[in-house]
Amino acid sequence: MDDLYREVIIEHYKNPSYRGELNPHDITFEDENPLCGDHLRVDLRVGEDGCIKECAFSGHGCAISQASADLLMENILGKTLDDVKGMSKEDVLDLLGIELGPVRLKCALLSLKVLKAGVYGVAQATDSLVGG
Amino acid sequence: MNVKDLDITRIRKDFPILQREVHPGVRLVYLDSTATAQKPSSVLEAMDHFYRHSNANIHRGVHTLAEEATADYEDARQTVANFISAKNARQLIYTRNTTESINLVAQTWGRANLKEGDLVILTEMEHHSNLVPWQMLAAERNLRLEFIPITSDGLLDLDVYQKLLQLQPRMVAFTHMSNVLGTINPAKTIIQMAHQVGALTLVDGAQSVPHFKVDVTDLDADFLAFSAHKMVGPTGIGILYGREELLQAMPPYMGGGDMIRKVFLRSFVANELPHKFEAGTPAIAEAIGFRAAVNYLTHIGMNAIAEHEHRLTAYAIERLEEIPGIHVFGPDAGHKGGVVSFATDGVHPHDVAQVLDSDGIAIRAGHHCAMPLHEKLKIPASSRASFYLYNTQAEVDALVKGLYKVIKLFK
Repeated sequence: MDDLYREVIIEHYKNPSYRGELNPHDITFEDENPLCGDHLRVDLRVGEDGCIKECAFSGHGCAISQASADLLMENILGKTLDDVKGMSKEDVLDLLGIELGPVRLKCALLSLKVLKAGVYGVAQATDSLVGG
Repeated sequence: MNVKDLDITRIRKDFPILQREVHPGVRLVYLDSTATAQKPSSVLEAMDHFYRHSNANIHRGVHTLAEEATADYEDARQTVANFISAKNARQLIYTRNTTESINLVAQTWGRANLKEGDLVILTEMEHHSNLVPWQMLAAERNLRLEFIPITSDGLLDLDVYQKLLQLQPRMVAFTHMSNVLGTINPAKTIIQMAHQVGALTLVDGAQSVPHFKVDVTDLDADFLAFSAHKMVGPTGIGILYGREELLQAMPPYMGGGDMIRKVFLRSFVANELPHKFEAGTPAIAEAIGFRAAVNYLTHIGMNAIAEHEHRLTAYAIERLEEIPGIHVFGPDAGHKGGVVSFATDGVHPHDVAQVLDSDGIAIRAGHHCAMPLHEKLKIPASSRASFYLYNTQAEVDALVKGLYKVIKLFK
């Protein structure tokens, strides 16, 4: 457990750098994890070169889901939408640097699921996560 | 009886799982009995003995094992009937759980008796199992649903209930004890008020029957639903109790073997009670485990159990309310059973539960299958500690210590 709440996770949970909403935005999507009532929205602004210029997340949830959202935003800044499409659950777990059981895995992956749903459309996002 | 009559050290020895280490060197502190209770050796041994010694399918068989299995299965029904003071064992239908019992009533009594515009009264503190079956029926039959609201003290607002009764409801379905707030509702009063306007009542007894003496005859309940697994029995078996004339008049639920008296190619004649509602091979070993569970609780004494839980709950509320940043929901200890739900400032309930787990403390986090109630409380989720006969004051102290650790970690 003490590994689960590494300093980096607590820090990103308590002092996130990418919390907020972008209005207007080019891409937005929101979804929830009905198991815990977590709710997450992701907004993106994409430049003419197809790279993510600005990104933000909002909503509420546990430390794992909120920290993973903040770390994910930090990671995708400057990347292309195709880069985002290529991201897998391992990428998010690498960002968090922890191992998770099946219940908490859903918390950790909520942000990637929402992000991909925004970039891809909902159906493919789920497929790509299952596949990933 | 008072709490001193409960020999907790001895009771804990009856539950092998309580000796378990959750992590190396960390003993289990199980505070999640509202979700499911742990099982004493007598229940485990009864089921094991059945499979090793008497396993056979029930009814119709004439060989020794089938005779024994049938006798045990029906004796278990009688044991549970006695436990809730039912007049007759045939008023008890074996189901899978409380949820199936409520669905059975909605799908048989409800479909046979409710028509467009009819009113069903529920409450704002229902578990999803006593909401969704009625919502499904309401959508199919165009029924009206109304809800008894919760006061700021976490109690049902009986003044509003009185007004709702003037709308001529056909059914009032309510929880005897909230699985989130712990509120023990005045079931007898609610039932009397419903009967005065000619409405039937269904009591969700999932949390009440395991924790204090419930007498269906005294309550005058029309239906009562509960599960074995929350009362130190096995999963997979529950009870629907019903008033006999209602059960007699209701159409069958599922079709299949055992629920029939005669079958022709194009029709059937339903069996008598209670078998009419028990299609297919039932949970036989579980019924025998259920009997052992009821015998165990009876041996300990329901009044002593209720008193023990009451003292633990009062103690837990007092200790938790001392912790800065912890907010306890629900009524005072005098109006509730062994459930303490709370919020922790700045910390999500899942994180609370996860940190406590590192000390072996098992609590529940989430919406506890009561999303509308959490909406009412204006929180997405809560943390819940719940108590049963095997819990101790030292375990409450461990919870308090663990919560200080949570708060420190997230400070």
